[in-house]
Amino acid sequence: MKFYMMHLMPYADLDLDYDQKYNSAWITLPNSYYDPKKGAKLYNRYLDELEYADQLGFDGVCVNEHHQNAYGLMPQPGVMAGALARRTKKVKIAILGRALPLLNNPVTVAEEFAMVDNITEGRLIAGFVRGIGAEYHAWSSNPALSHERFREAHDLIVRAWTETGPFAFEGDQYHFEYVNLWPRPYQNDPHPPIWIPSQGSSETIEWASHPSRRYTYLQTFTPVAMLAKYMQMYKDMAAGHGYEATEDQLGWSVPVYVAETDEIARREAQPHIENFLNKFLRMPKEMLLPPGYLSLKSMLGVMKAKSSIGTKQTIDTVMEKGMFICGSPQTVREKLEQYQSEIGFGHLLTLLQFGTLPAELTRKNMEIYANEVMPYLRERTAGKVSVAAE
Amino acid sequence: MAHEETIETVTGCRIRIMRKGKGEPLLFLHGATGAPRWLPFMDMLAESYDLIVPEHPGFGASDTPDWLDNVGDLAFFYLDLIDHLGLDEVHLVGTSIGGWIAAELATRSCESIKTLTLVAPAGIHVKGVKKGDMFMWSPEETVANLFHNQEIAKAVPQPANEDELMVVLKNRLMTAKLGWQPRMYNPHLRKWLHRVDVPTLIIWGDDDKLIPGEYGPVYRDLIPNSRLEVIAECGHLPHVEKAQEFASKVVSFIEGAA
Repeated sequence: MKFYMMHLMPYADLDLDYDQKYNSAWITLPNSYYDPKKGAKLYNRYLDELEYADQLGFDGVCVNEHHQNAYGLMPQPGVMAGALARRTKKVKIAILGRALPLLNNPVTVAEEFAMVDNITEGRLIAGFVRGIGAEYHAWSSNPALSHERFREAHDLIVRAWTETGPFAFEGDQYHFEYVNLWPRPYQNDPHPPIWIPSQGSSETIEWASHPSRRYTYLQTFTPVAMLAKYMQMYKDMAAGHGYEATEDQLGWSVPVYVAETDEIARREAQPHIENFLNKFLRMPKEMLLPPGYLSLKSMLGVMKAKSSIGTKQTIDTVMEKGMFICGSPQTVREKLEQYQSEIGFGHLLTLLQFGTLPAELTRKNMEIYANEVMPYLRERTAGKVSVAAE
Repeated sequence: MAHEETIETVTGCRIRIMRKGKGEPLLFLHGATGAPRWLPFMDMLAESYDLIVPEHPGFGASDTPDWLDNVGDLAFFYLDLIDHLGLDEVHLVGTSIGGWIAAELATRSCESIKTLTLVAPAGIHVKGVKKGDMFMWSPEETVANLFHNQEIAKAVPQPANEDELMVVLKNRLMTAKLGWQPRMYNPHLRKWLHRVDVPTLIIWGDDDKLIPGEYGPVYRDLIPNSRLEVIAECGHLPHVEKAQEFASKVVSFIEGAA
């Protein structure tokens, strides 16, 4: 198994009483709540944390894309990847989202990713997402065209990376007379690895698992039961296509907090994970699920279900569901080892800073995780893989 | 007597049509919430006209054809429908997104059109006048914002079962496809509204929170032979909220134009 530090780079200095006046930390929360002096310090702190992950022996660091919100301050994640490209030496740099349907010109992403891949001599992992529903409000992009634009933008980028240019791209959503990428990506066998993060969608899994793609499917922030369901779905779909999915095709992204004991971990993490859940993630259903974002059938299911969106969540509810792994090194080791052996994912992305978690606790979390959890799991899962290979 | 309901196939697309009454044909083009059921204003208009109420392609019980990408496609479709039904001298009435379709249709051809009535039509943009964002409104906010009289708003029936909820979601999806970006308008429409060469009535509620009343005079000034009538204490759906006043305005306009 490979280990990554994921960061959302939240605006941790957010006035948490904002919700007395506004119903979301997204789109409609005035940016007067953002103080550039504090934001500048946060950006540099967060980049330091990801650089520290390189020194601590992580296999990769991950950034992502969200717009017009306090939840994640990386509307242009390529900027962060560029900053990390020269300051890190060993880690892979995963840009987990660009939200392709938002783009009027997907070639910009093909170019930007190829530049990062060149500067890092092949340390880039390319993430493609549709983006959460709120992004379609933020960028006035039509959610009813989301699937169509995603697939076409993907095809365009992959062709730009792999075909000798110039060629014309003749799509319904995108049309270019000349596609001729300078620079070509450094990783050319056949192109940088592509990861598909999702909160769980059978359509996405079907697409990602297709034999012509075999992309790494990354399940983000969902109960462990759902994780197991979707990972199995990927394996079944692969089997249906006549091949066996490898662990390399399956990843999990989850917030983790490790401390000296279970009690200390719970006590230290509680306010910050609850702020993450109830303050930073807060948004109404209309913002999260614009028309077309889900299929009509899935949307009907959401409308019928009593939604947990907007209801207060606690550290206990997310710990019970396995959406947040929290405890002593032993507790965290046991849980992750159990889930890994049961579910069989090959990439573990841990969100070691979340919500308002301050710098010193983030560093402590990173150090204990890197020193007391990661080596153990690395050894265990490495052994398993070599046995399986024999 | 009840209205009749048929399925017609036009331009390869099956659509549901409600129809009632005798007289000159009046084609009513519904707004974003569709035309799932027969409403009181329809009976009022059916007293004087052969009232034809289709559900747009992509809405309700009608098909969603592959060719449907924008409101201009629906404008051409309804020109095809008018030919298909063999209609002539049609009184065209459209509300909200249906008003947008009607306006687009009339810029293309008024050959079979006798009069045009636009009810709080979408389709143009007026800089600096903020429209409501129906895609951000919760179902409760939507109903409250569409009506002036909150007693009427409260009485609006909510989807009673899964099928009705599915229709609501389908209509919302197509509304987004047609009008998310640019938001509920075609930047080129206003350039060609001078081509509308039939008498035109524009109706607006004075308390429209979706497309504000400031849009009314702009539309009026863009269409040569048009006049604007404002209905007091009324929201975005005059045909529902002030059915009697709406119907009598339409009837007296059409009579006056004859």
